[in-house]
Amino acid sequence: MRKIRVLIVDDSSVMRKIVERSLRQAGLDLGEVLEASNGAEGLAEVQKGAFDLILSDINMPAMDGLEFLKNLAGLECAKGVPVVMITTEGSEARVVEALSAGAKGYLRKPFTPEQVKERVTPLLVGAL
Amino acid sequence: MMAGARLEPLPMSGEDPVGDRTAMVGMAGALCGMITIRCSSAAAAKLASLMLDGTAAESPSTVGDALGELCNMVAGNFKSKISNLADHCMLSVPTVISGGDYYLQATSPTESFQLPLKYEGERVWIALTVHE
Repeated sequence: MRKIRVLIVDDSSVMRKIVERSLRQAGLDLGEVLEASNGAEGLAEVQKGAFDLILSDINMPAMDGLEFLKNLAGLECAKGVPVVMITTEGSEARVVEALSAGAKGYLRKPFTPEQVKERVTPLLVGAL
Repeated sequence: MMAGARLEPLPMSGEDPVGDRTAMVGMAGALCGMITIRCSSAAAAKLASLMLDGTAAESPSTVGDALGELCNMVAGNFKSKISNLADHCMLSVPTVISGGDYYLQATSPTESFQLPLKYEGERVWIALTVHE
């Protein structure tokens, strides 16, 4: 089984570390984990190399998570890459918008490694 | 959980919050105002360290980032618990103030509710300020 390559997009460096730690605690065999602090940086990383999984915050400056998701949909290199959105807001409308724009799931902060495992592992079946 | 910190509620005393670290998240829409967390640098560093799984948060920017993220989670959970607020109130990205010698002045009348808490001997205030 190969290691998975992950992109974490969040404007908080602490949150990016927490997400990575939670993925490891969830038992995922992580390979390279790259970080971006907003959607624009995230798009640049996606264009540089293939990922098995992308996790993105929704509420970010410069380019928010929903805009990032909409831009991803136009990139051939991002086709089939599962994107999980991370939110604190509990807004059903924003979650529905994210899922309609192609997100495969979402995590609400604060989350546990068990919740990460539950949401993320099924999305990686085809990737491993 | 993100921090796993147990904060002990303190009796309401009317005492003004003090501390040289303040994180704030603005709310706009059906409810306008802000949620703030204020504490000492020492308390903020302890909370940041908890969020980082025990790793010492030595950089002031990391400590501020962690406090801002905590405030973001408090604000998000607050609005998700109020009926009809989740979809009709937007949150700003967090802002963190370093230093305690400041005064917040709102441009319209506000009401404020302050919750004093204690964490490992350090006082932490969570405040909700709402524009009338």
